[in-house]
Amino acid sequence: MQLHTIWFVILAIFWVGFFVLEGFDFGVGMLHTIVGRTDEERKRALSTIGPWWDGNEVWLIVAGAGTFAAFPDWYATMFSALYLALLLVLLALMARGVSFEFKDKSESPRWRTTWRWAMTLGCLLIPLLLGVGLGDLLNGLPIDSSHDYTGNFFGLLTPYGLWTGVTLVALCLLHGATFLKLRTTDELRERARAFAQPLGWVAIALVVGWVIWTRSVAGGPDVPQPVEILAVIAAGFAARLAMTDHDGLSFASSAVAIAATVGSIFIDLYPNVMISSTSAAYDLTVNNSASGHYALVVMTVVAVIFFPLVLLYQGWSFHVFRARIQAPPEAASDPGPT
Amino acid sequence: MTNDLARWQFATTSIYHFLFVPVTIGLAFLVALLQTAWHRNERPEYKRMTRFFGTLLLINVAVGVVTGLVQEFEFGMNWSSYSRFVGDVFGGPLAMEGLAAFFLESTFLGLWLFGWDRLPKRVHLACIWLVVAGSMLSAMFILVANSWMQHPVGYVLNSHGQPVLNNVWALFTNPTFLWGYVHVILASLVTGSLVMLAISAWYLRKGREVEAFHHTARLSVLVLLPAILLQMFVGNKLGEIENTYQPAKIAAAEAQWNNCQPCSFSAFQIGGGNNDQTPTQVISIPHLLSILATGTWDGAVVGLNQLQKEDEKKYGPGNYIPDVFIQYWSMRVMAYLGSLIALLALWGTWLIHKGRLDRSKWFLRAGLVAVVSPFVMNTAGWLLTESGRQPWIVQGLMKTVNANSPSVSSLDIWISLIAFVLVYIALGAADLILMLRYSRKGLDPEDGPEGTGSAAQAPTPVMSY
Repeated sequence: MQLHTIWFVILAIFWVGFFVLEGFDFGVGMLHTIVGRTDEERKRALSTIGPWWDGNEVWLIVAGAGTFAAFPDWYATMFSALYLALLLVLLALMARGVSFEFKDKSESPRWRTTWRWAMTLGCLLIPLLLGVGLGDLLNGLPIDSSHDYTGNFFGLLTPYGLWTGVTLVALCLLHGATFLKLRTTDELRERARAFAQPLGWVAIALVVGWVIWTRSVAGGPDVPQPVEILAVIAAGFAARLAMTDHDGLSFASSAVAIAATVGSIFIDLYPNVMISSTSAAYDLTVNNSASGHYALVVMTVVAVIFFPLVLLYQGWSFHVFRARIQAPPEAASDPGPT
Repeated sequence: MTNDLARWQFATTSIYHFLFVPVTIGLAFLVALLQTAWHRNERPEYKRMTRFFGTLLLINVAVGVVTGLVQEFEFGMNWSSYSRFVGDVFGGPLAMEGLAAFFLESTFLGLWLFGWDRLPKRVHLACIWLVVAGSMLSAMFILVANSWMQHPVGYVLNSHGQPVLNNVWALFTNPTFLWGYVHVILASLVTGSLVMLAISAWYLRKGREVEAFHHTARLSVLVLLPAILLQMFVGNKLGEIENTYQPAKIAAAEAQWNNCQPCSFSAFQIGGGNNDQTPTQVISIPHLLSILATGTWDGAVVGLNQLQKEDEKKYGPGNYIPDVFIQYWSMRVMAYLGSLIALLALWGTWLIHKGRLDRSKWFLRAGLVAVVSPFVMNTAGWLLTESGRQPWIVQGLMKTVNANSPSVSSLDIWISLIAFVLVYIALGAADLILMLRYSRKGLDPEDGPEGTGSAAQAPTPVMSY
């Protein structure tokens, strides 16, 4: 296999990994005000992701920087084309990131409410807009012969892109719910389970619709490819299992559902990396937008050394904090403003 | 207009990001030292100081990380022509930064923050040191990339005239990188220790928790002294390196329009922007510029007028002279403040020797006020090096004017620039409010016997989240 194909796969893995890991971060971030009715409960909900969200976010940074290194042409076209959408993503990442640290630093209800909204909205916008962006890669955007985008912000809001974004938001919500079920006890867990039911149905419907539409957008056979089918099945399992006590299995299913959905985009995209709706001759491909051989070799060596290390210590970090977050004993519970 | 806006935005976001980065690197290092001391001496006030400064570190890291996200994206968003052109070489260090540094820093920060009562003490201590390592590695990769822009190495030009990497080791042995990286690390240690000193000085002046803050005042001075003294040496060496590879940057910093031999150092002049080749010298020190630039009493320095002629011959018509006013004053602001800080550090060391650090009213006042200086010095330093490279975005290879994204309009950039400025002001204000509030809160009350209160039941950590 050629190096530029290997790097396409590596980048797809980072995008998939980002959505699987930050997927539950976004889900919990969106749900924390719903499953948590008091300050203490909301804090408890967010503490399920406390030790991990920052490390999970790095998967996005590496996906971006890795694209810069391996396919500079793709990085340049994509990031400049998605300019205002990425601006919104950055603002949302800032709001979300800072609110973890700042939200409890004052007793003022107005302060706390502000950061609560920052967290919730941020966690909604990020998967939505990144979903639009990834969907647009497959859908195609007006790109000229210099590989520059010729549209504007509204041109990014393609119907297919939007559907992809909304589907990912729904999957993140479901994934967040199964995660909360796995990580909490008592009333938080019950509320997460209660939300998983309607969320599950919505997610299944959106994923099925997305798979059908993807077949039409991607061209090729009308029969969904195996990974697309997997996405639908996994979403179904996640929705069904979320109502049971099989917390681990339901979480694994929602993870597979997200992985398969995001993975499908890349599978269907290959060997293109960005499609030009202006002319197929202007498509960016793994061949015409890759870095030179030497640079790819260097990056592959670096990845082979460091990626397993990352999996090791990030995996260990998950292991260290694996215990469920308990409700505090009655005497010690923080009365806190509701 | 679009190119100028892109430049304004990049300068704004970079300067702002770099207000927080040196604090993270410097303070993380100091917190790790405090925790190591606690690990060894088991005295409870060291644990409390670790947690106290750790809280401040985390408040700062939160803003540092999110402003860093902007930097990562901004190359592709605003500088797509640049990214396309240099990605083969420049993209690599950035990707390495993510894989080798960011993952390390973020993962172990989470483990450190939440692992206080869960991890064995030695493992927990290792966590904060790994955060320090991650932050320093991160700076390393960025400096490799930036140094390549200043002095491109390790590449060949392909058939399209684009640089293509052919020697990765050259990137890491680039003299601009070696001296520049040490310069940034030392700047971070200076920043961190001045922040710790200012906070300690505040408590000592108020007579609050004197026992504990006496330790941190001493620690900060003892880290500051070697850091600032080394820094002045390293800064000078870096200037000599830059004089070799980017002579216009240094000539402009000295407002040296004409060749000179020997060369006087202009300590203070009036006027002297790009349209004024005969500024009024207020203080001028003979031979000093020869010494600084070449290490010899009668060394020659090539003037901007000659460099302009040479560059026109080499690269074609154009203006090859950086903004002289920015160069001249950013260099002096940085160096003069640095000298004052060196004096402060020497003063503080002498007071420690005499056992009078806690009681010296004047030193404590100075220590408090000095907290502003590293932020000014760091900003001046980056202005000096980045503005001094103009008109080049990659020295000798690509001009800044050709580097911005063609598909991004002025309106797009106005929107993003205003958005960043507003959000950054809000974040900065929140950060400042929290830093002031939490630095005045004092240390945690003394812990009871191990395990009181913080049972395995409720893992919500004391510090935040």
